[in-house]
Amino acid sequence: MENLSFLFAAYAAVWGLLFVYVVVLSRRNRALEREIEELRSLLQRPPS
Amino acid sequence: MSNRRFVDPILAPLTGAVMLVAIYMVFLYVPNDKAQGLVQRIFYFHVPLAIMTFLAFGVVAVASAGFLWQGTRFWDRLAHSSAEVGMVFCTLVLITGPIWARPIWGTWWTWDARLTTTLILWLIYAAYLMMRTVSGPGDQGARYAAVLGIVGAVDIPIINRSVYWWRTIHPAVLVTREGGSGLSDPRMQWTLGICFAAFFLLFLWLVWVRNENARLRDAVEEMRHEMLTQHA
Amino acid sequence: MLALIRKDLQIEFRTKETLASLLLLGLLTLVVLSFAFDPTSELRVEAAPGALWVAVIFAGVLGLSRSFLPERENDCMQGLLLCPVDRGTIYLAKTVANFAFMMAAQLAIGPIFIFFFNLRVTASLLGVFLSLALGVLGFAAVGTLFAAITVRTRAREVMLPLLLLPLVVPIFIAGVKVTGQLLAAKPLADVAPWLNLMLGFDVIFLVVGWMVFEYAVEE
Repeated sequence: MENLSFLFAAYAAVWGLLFVYVVVLSRRNRALEREIEELRSLLQRPPS
Repeated sequence: MSNRRFVDPILAPLTGAVMLVAIYMVFLYVPNDKAQGLVQRIFYFHVPLAIMTFLAFGVVAVASAGFLWQGTRFWDRLAHSSAEVGMVFCTLVLITGPIWARPIWGTWWTWDARLTTTLILWLIYAAYLMMRTVSGPGDQGARYAAVLGIVGAVDIPIINRSVYWWRTIHPAVLVTREGGSGLSDPRMQWTLGICFAAFFLLFLWLVWVRNENARLRDAVEEMRHEMLTQHA
Repeated sequence: MLALIRKDLQIEFRTKETLASLLLLGLLTLVVLSFAFDPTSELRVEAAPGALWVAVIFAGVLGLSRSFLPERENDCMQGLLLCPVDRGTIYLAKTVANFAFMMAAQLAIGPIFIFFFNLRVTASLLGVFLSLALGVLGFAAVGTLFAAITVRTRAREVMLPLLLLPLVVPIFIAGVKVTGQLLAAKPLADVAPWLNLMLGFDVIFLVVGWMVFEYAVEE
């Protein structure tokens, strides 16, 4: 049933792209949160 | 912000759950379409994706207007987030559309009114995101993008109408809406409905995550700035 | 506002650079497009309206991207903004000036277009001119707004067409349709819906541009 391969391709594309996007976003978010923590601790320290 | 504690634990699992139900319905619950067979199931994702991408641009337009009017970061971040998510959805519409068209009509691209409008929308999204990239940080770039957001949104209905007329031979004659999907079976309607809900939630969640990203970035900028002024 | 328009026209008359570029580029586009078709084939006549409008758009984008150069290069933007006029008026003046330039170029390109594509010179030319005017007006309306924006952006040569072309699709479609129908000697009534579309486009975007221009030039 070759129509099945089209169906599969469509859904694979949808889920693939969405998955990649979500992963990229969450990685960036986590990196940003880490950076904020670092900056926060740097700001607490009195200026040298 | 209090609502962040509220949204995070609820939105993501809710989206996941509804999406799971949607997938079940598309693959196991809904009957085969008589005319188009198995491939027709792409429709259940393709249509909600399309609606969402247009909705996303609507949000971009409203947020752009809000930004030009009030100038707060909130509106700008919202516009940018909605644009990015909208772009992802738009790309998916343009991928699933041809994959569906190929076995049904024999060609990858049919220049039909709705798909063509979506193509133009994709180009406008691309222009918007490029505008953001070349402008760099600062209010000016955001303002330019906002102008594009508003002009684009006003333009989309006009583009749609002109492409639609382009495809019919006599624009003077009122042609009824293009090929309905013939959703006779109520199970098909239910499936489509659940898919709408699933993609709407997905849209909300993705915009939320992307917006958090923007908010965090702004916070980092602020802190860096504070560091520079503190140690000056 | 008249003074502003006069200023732009005067600057142009002195060098005639923009006008010359518009003319030449439009011409060049027509020539190149002519090579895309066999001189004897039927396809030429069918493709003619498309070729004309592609030439209009190509040349137009160039003309528009130059329209704010004087302000940018000589830092005149500040001076302009200090004028006691409404930002919207500046926009309208610029748009009218750009419109005038493009139409002037079209007046020269038009006859050449007829030559190249061996078209019959019929009464419908008036209609074609009308559609050109409406189309160029809409193009100028949206184009002037985004020219002001992109003149201060990085990669401005790329950004202007990137922004403009998708947005003026309705003008392009309508223009080609109208020109095609009229050249095939169809009555004006047939193309009325398209002309209305162009008119609507023009009005809507002149208003939007007028309202939004201040954000495009704010420092």
